[in-house]
Amino acid sequence: MHELSIAMSIVEMAVEEAALRGNVKIQAVHLRLGPLSGVVKEALLSSYEMACETTPLEGSRLLIEEVPVEIFCPTCQTARPAQSIQWFSCVECGTATCDILHGKELEVFALELAE
Amino acid sequence: MNPQPRMVEVRKNILKQNDVIAAALRERFRTQGILAVSLVSSPGSGKTAFLEETLKLLRPHYRVAALVGDLATENDAARLARSGAPVKQITTGTLCHLEASMIQKALDGWDVGKLDFLFIENVGNLVCPSSYDLGEDLRLVLLSVTEGEDKPLKYPTIFNSADVAVITKIDLAAAVEFDEFTANRNIQAVRPGMEILKVSAKTGEGMPEYLGFLKRRQLGPQVGQRTASAV
Repeated sequence: MHELSIAMSIVEMAVEEAALRGNVKIQAVHLRLGPLSGVVKEALLSSYEMACETTPLEGSRLLIEEVPVEIFCPTCQTARPAQSIQWFSCVECGTATCDILHGKELEVFALELAE
Repeated sequence: MNPQPRMVEVRKNILKQNDVIAAALRERFRTQGILAVSLVSSPGSGKTAFLEETLKLLRPHYRVAALVGDLATENDAARLARSGAPVKQITTGTLCHLEASMIQKALDGWDVGKLDFLFIENVGNLVCPSSYDLGEDLRLVLLSVTEGEDKPLKYPTIFNSADVAVITKIDLAAAVEFDEFTANRNIQAVRPGMEILKVSAKTGEGMPEYLGFLKRRQLGPQVGQRTASAV
């Protein structure tokens, strides 16, 4: 359960970004999360609320966009979804590969500011 | 009047700070010719016994040291120190994993430049350590025969973050009716092409092959080639 420390890093980062923009009020933080990040969405959401307490982000929302696992299939020579997080092979042709393009994401990609 | 929200793009990797430290550690290990090897597994898979044996067998021929992470107690460091190798305990308190900054801090004042191998034993946990790059060149994930063949399917992320799977306590395989075929298949499903080693720290079975593998990696061009595990 390391989601609380990750939530605190998100809040810290967002507070810095707000300060850079003249302490604007942040209404929401948009996060991309891949299943290979090792972070559980539900745990992160509840930790986020806690992490926001007594910070300028109190009352803000964390909006999580889940990113599916995508691999580069050496047979199809293109990006394809993986069968599942437990089965790293191409959904089209079944070739197994560890060439992972997406699924490890743990990044804030946008902030919603009140103006 | 309702304030109109404005979206701004940021693109910030949340674990960037960890990754930056990990990259610096990896560069330091690479330039100093150290092979840094980390071990991850569930509690009780035999990490410490395996590492103790590794240190004991390597020490007559190589300069080895170990860092060991635990929530509390220094028992593991004491056990590993029996090998005669320098060992440092990292007590994480309530933290369930090691982070790159803890490795950096633990190495402060340690002349690691004189080492051939640095082993890092992570906290026994198959979830959280997968998120944190420690700057290691090689991450071993241990799976003991007593745990069940479906561990890789239950914890795909940690298996996916590792380079090599080590099946431990192989001396007990028959007693617990360990299904090696299924275990291998599950490992290959979550990490296609993953190298699998089988060992028993107790009987020594598989240890020469494992040590041979480590020695080749120590000399090989792969040192420093592992890239950050996080995006």
